[in-house]
Formats: sequence, C-alpha cells, structure tokens
Amino acid sequence: MSDAVAVERTLAGDREAYRVLVERHSAFVYRLAYRMTGNKEDAEEVVQEAFLRAYQKLRQFAGNANFATWVYRIAANYAIDRLRQRKNEDARRELPSRVVEGEPETDPLALVKDRAPSPEQLAGSVQLAAKMKEALGTLTPAERTAIVMRHWDGCGIEEIAAVLKSNTSAAKNTVFRAVQKLRLALAPFAEPRGAARAVGTES
Amino acid sequence: MKHVTEEELFQYREGDQKGREAVAAHLGECAECRGELARLEAVFAALDAIPVPDPGEDYGARVWRQIAPRLPEKGRRWWEVFFAPQRLAVAGALAALVIVAFYAGRVTKQPPTPVDLAKQNQVRERVLIVAVGEHLGKSEMVLVELSNAQPASGQKLINIAAEQRRAENLVEENRLYRQTALEGGDKAMVSTLDELERVLLDVANSPDAVTPAQFESIQKRIAEHGILLKVRVVRQELRTAETGGKSQPAQTDSTAKEKNKA
Repeated sequence: MSDAVAVERTLAGDREAYRVLVERHSAFVYRLAYRMTGNKEDAEEVVQEAFLRAYQKLRQFAGNANFATWVYRIAANYAIDRLRQRKNEDARRELPSRVVEGEPETDPLALVKDRAPSPEQLAGSVQLAAKMKEALGTLTPAERTAIVMRHWDGCGIEEIAAVLKSNTSAAKNTVFRAVQKLRLALAPFAEPRGAARAVGTES
Repeated sequence: MKHVTEEELFQYREGDQKGREAVAAHLGECAECRGELARLEAVFAALDAIPVPDPGEDYGARVWRQIAPRLPEKGRRWWEVFFAPQRLAVAGALAALVIVAFYAGRVTKQPPTPVDLAKQNQVRERVLIVAVGEHLGKSEMVLVELSNAQPASGQKLINIAAEQRRAENLVEENRLYRQTALEGGDKAMVSTLDELERVLLDVANSPDAVTPAQFESIQKRIAEHGILLKVRVVRQELRTAETGGKSQPAQTDSTAKEKNKA
C-alpha cells in the first residue's frame, strides 16, 4: 500500500492504514528525533507525539505531498519546541540569578572552551563522538535543528527556514553559526590549541 | 595574499554559486586555506561519528502499540460528520439556496423561460456569494488579529492557540469553497482561496505558544503574501455583486489580475 493510499484510507476511518504509515516511517523520524534531542527517551517521545499530531491534522495534509516529509517536519517542530522548553527549565533551575528578561543567553562557546580537555585527553573516535555530542548540546535549539536538518537529512534552506519560522538568509546564518561553534569545540582535538589562524586575514 | 573567510569556505562547501570561482582559484594556490577547508570538513566527519542507537526492527510496531490507544476515531459517525461546524456553515448556505430556489420557482411562470433560469442562477450565485463573503470575513479577522497583535515587551511566549484553532476550522471550510469555485470555473476565486489556505495552514501548524521572533515571522509571512489585501479586494467584489447584482463572480477574473499585481 502506497503512502498516499494509506492516508486516504486512514481519513476514511481505517486505523490499520495508519499503522502502515507509523511502522514504515518511525525509524526515519526516530533518527531525526535522536539527533535533535540527544537521548533515547526524549527521541521516543518526539516520535510518538509527531505521529499523534500527524493523525490529528491528517485532513490538512495535501494529498500530493510526501507523507514522510510532512511527518518529519511535524517532528522537527515539536522537537525544537521541546528543546526550547528544556533549555528554559534548565536555565531557571541552574542559573536563577542570570535569567533576566532580555538578557542574552549564556554563550555556549564559552562553556565549550572552559570544559575542553587537552588534546591528549581526547583520543579515538569514541571520545570524538562524545565530544561532538557534548558540543551539539551547547548549541541553541535553532542551531541544533538547523545543523541536524542540513547535515544529516540534506534539507533545503527553505525547509529549515520553515521549521525555524525565519527567512532563508537567517536560516543560512543559523547553519553557519552552528558549524562555527562545533568547529571551535572540535579545535582542541583536530588541531593544536591556537593553531587555527583567523581566517580572512592577510598572510 | 588575502585569505578566504570561514563563511566563504562554508558557503563554498555548501555549493553556493556566489564567488565560487574566486574561492576555487584561491584554494588552488593557497595551502593554508585548503587546510582550513579540511578542518571544516573534519567537523562534518566528526558529526558523522556520533552514533544513533538502532531502535530495533520492531520499533515501528512498538510506536504503534504506544500511540494506538490515544488515537481518536477518524471514521466519525454520520451525525458527527453532518453536524461538524464547518460543514454546518456550508449546509446552511445550501439550505438557503434550496429555499430561495423554491420561492424563485413559485414566482416564476411556467414553463420557465431562459430568462427565468438565468434569474434562478443569479439567486443561487448570490447565496453562495454571501456564504463565501462570510468565510473570507472570518479569515480576514484571524489574520488581522495576528497582524496587529503587539507582544508585551519582555514577553517570552505568545499564546496563539485560539487563532490556531480558528485557522484549523477555516482550512476545512476554505477547501469546500475552493472546490465549489473550481467546479464553477472561477479561477480568480480558486487562486485567492489557494493562497489563503497556505497562510491558514501556516497558522494552524504553528505551535500553541510561540516566541516573539516566531510570532514576528508569522506576521511577516502574512504580510509577504499580501493575502489580507487580496481577501479584502475579493470581499469588496463580492459585496458589490451581492448588493448591486451587477458584478458576477465570474467577472472577478479581471479584477483579480489587478489584485495579483498588488
């Protein structure tokens, strides 16, 4: 049964047809959810919520669109809301004195720099993966969403902008900012401290 | 020699065409910048090193078991379908149409002449005009409320759940009228309702509570489409058709071209 037929039959009241869609696309949505949230529990919750929301809004789904892309976008929207909510809760819990209306959020770069171990402490891909996972955790929800959608899922800038509720130029900048921060976090591992030159300078 | 900036390198890797040749030429002769590009590539390679745990072959089945009890019944009973609010509005318009057609038939001499039939068609169109006009009015109201709202300074989240629900209902109603316009061959109306649907869907698919930046972006998209202006123009045309009966909906095509220019 194709996705389009499964959607039609679900709308006609056939719940088993929706089971086909859930079983077919869960793993795909899970990969996005895991990369965005960074842990299994949250990822599983995002997947469930995405399919529940997709079911509730199925009448709004344009028949000629791709169901996988549509549910992916619902999951990304839910995951980014969840990341923002989590970030706000953490900020309230950990830094009550710093949460002031209008104050810019703590610079994740500073956090990465402070915690960065020496090159000797980092060795092998396991540590590298752990380091990158930690660096991903310091990105803002928008930056994390942008890099996940762009790098792993090859989404177009327009699609990323739609999820971030911004324009394409801002979305492009968000992806670049994420890459910059990740690069800085990786610097102690990939290159000796201070070795990276300030690009764009004369030599 | 002036090196390439990190952003230029990133855009080059992204496949951006702007200044591509210059960056490529510089990379050809500058080992330092090639090194920078390699370091940038290392970031993406490192990202790929992060494993995603395999949720297992039966993951889809597990998700289904978890969500199935929470899914509402999709196949609604006939009276629920019949009394759905968005359908009631259209049903009301159709009922009015039948009544008007009945009285039009009573006052028309038998057998009906082509002129009488034309009058009946006019009456039927007028009822539809009123119904579509009301729908556009309701849509305009939601979009105006969103466009004019000013979040309080320092407000972190703006609750748009009410507008979102109204937009959801309007989407379905919009589709029914669009279908009617399509069957009637009113291309201008179909085009306006198409655009309206996209904006309404945008609102309907937004989160219940949005940040000021997200809210501003919704407002921007409403403004970018110029949909409010288009809806107002069509409503005005419908009002003219409704009161004067001189302008028929089919005539909206030409004015719609003007409207699209706007």
